[in-house]
Amino acid sequence: MLKVEKLSKSFNGHQVLKDLTVDFPEHQTTVILGPSGSGKSTLLRSLNLLERPEAGKYYFDQQIFDFAKGISSKDTLAIRRQTEMVFQGYNLFPHLTVLKNIMEGPIQVLGSKKAAAEVLARQLLAKVSLADKADAYPNQLSGGQAQRVAIARSLAMQPKYILLDEPTSALDPELELEVLKVLLQLSEEKKSLVIVTHNLAFASKAADKIVFIENGQVLFDDSKQAFFAAEQQPRIKDFISAMTFAKL
Amino acid sequence: MWEIIKTALPQLIAAGLKYTIPIALISFAIGLVIALITALIRISTRGGFFKLIKLIFRFYVWLFRSTPLLVQLFIVYFGLPYLKISGLAPNGIKLDPLTAGIITFSLNTGAYCSETIRAAILSIPNGQWEAAYSLGMTKVKALRRIILPQALRVSVPPLANSFISLVKDTSLAASITIVEMFEVSQQIAAENYQPLVMYCLVALLYAVACTILSWLQGYLEKVTSRYVVAGH
Ligand SMILES: Nc1ncnc2c1ncn2[C@@H]1O[C@H](COP(=O)(O)OP(=O)(O)OP(=O)(O)O)[C@@H](O)[C@H]1O
Ligand SMILES: [Mg+2]
Repeated sequence: MLKVEKLSKSFNGHQVLKDLTVDFPEHQTTVILGPSGSGKSTLLRSLNLLERPEAGKYYFDQQIFDFAKGISSKDTLAIRRQTEMVFQGYNLFPHLTVLKNIMEGPIQVLGSKKAAAEVLARQLLAKVSLADKADAYPNQLSGGQAQRVAIARSLAMQPKYILLDEPTSALDPELELEVLKVLLQLSEEKKSLVIVTHNLAFASKAADKIVFIENGQVLFDDSKQAFFAAEQQPRIKDFISAMTFAKL
Repeated sequence: MWEIIKTALPQLIAAGLKYTIPIALISFAIGLVIALITALIRISTRGGFFKLIKLIFRFYVWLFRSTPLLVQLFIVYFGLPYLKISGLAPNGIKLDPLTAGIITFSLNTGAYCSETIRAAILSIPNGQWEAAYSLGMTKVKALRRIILPQALRVSVPPLANSFISLVKDTSLAASITIVEMFEVSQQIAAENYQPLVMYCLVALLYAVACTILSWLQGYLEKVTSRYVVAGH
């Protein structure tokens, strides 16, 4: 179980997250939507403790942490081990081959044996349809391939949650499709996913739950059916209309 | 002239093998260790007492980069004997020439190389740190496994430049009585009255050494950049 309560985060006096409370059910896909600058990335990065909110509580399984009191480095490492971030810019390790990129976390962090890590890495590469790229270096990959490797790298840690920040925003539609197919498969396998995206078609297909954020606050938090039928909420209607270019 | 060269060359090469090359190699190895430690301390974000340590290292880098190497050698070899610290060194700090030379060269090249390494580490995109952290790596592990290997590639050319400079700068060791290659050439020139031939000859030997080092640098760059060259 992953939940944040009354999260507050400011950058240089500008409050980006305002008393934000939201939970991310296990074995479900939570899609975070919202206009640019609304605080989606900040929220996601806070879940991975790459940002440190000034105040708020962080619930992870049975444990409760208080951002105001700080989270120890030991707890930070334990949480990060179970929450993997997939970045918009992939952030693959350029000096390691694709295979080594995926093996790095299990070997260095989980203490896996090299042979076992390699077997797992090859399985995951096959899963994202890149078995033939094991020995390539990241800069030999297309964006879609790179992002699928990044997803495989996060899966190799067997985390409780995978956090994806606009994983396909840097991709052409065709490459985006490759990645979205992989994500949809993970969603169907009941992995716990939190995805920030601007892709409403994907959200309507994969999401179990949609969270709409604006100005650092949760404006909507419910099922996707409720979201796309949100007739009573003009802000959401406008957002959907803008995202689908309905008024073009 | 051929005779002159034939008698002088073995002596010069012997001095080179005995002093110039060992001094350069040892000083550079020590300098690299100093540089890495200095760079890591200077990029650390820790506060409190650590800030003072950072300041000390910053001062060290400033000091050795803003004073001439020859003056540094003089201070360490001729000056320190007059530094009398009661209890620790009541009779001043007397170092034999070789030790004084190696200490000075190490500190000097360490100061320059620390800036190279520091810049290289800072040039690695923040996303690399974040990806490592997200996997659950500690800062030390992220540095060792992810950041330094990439920073190393960036630093090879400037570090090689520093090493080549150091090889040439070891000729300054002549001034603190070390009989390295340049000193030997001076001694021979004083005997045979052929300064032009002797100094050109020793210059040629430095050039040969540095050229070989440049080739090695090229090779090293190729090896460490495999993952870049492979791409499009
Ligand atoms: N490190 C930072 N320093 C200063 N301001 C920041 C920092 N990170 C984010 N912000 C600011 O916080 C606000 C929210 O940023 P955030 O990246 O969370 O938005 P977002 O919803 O992810 O937007 P987008 O859809 O454009 O990615 C923005 O105004 C941004 O400028
Ligand atoms: Mg964002």
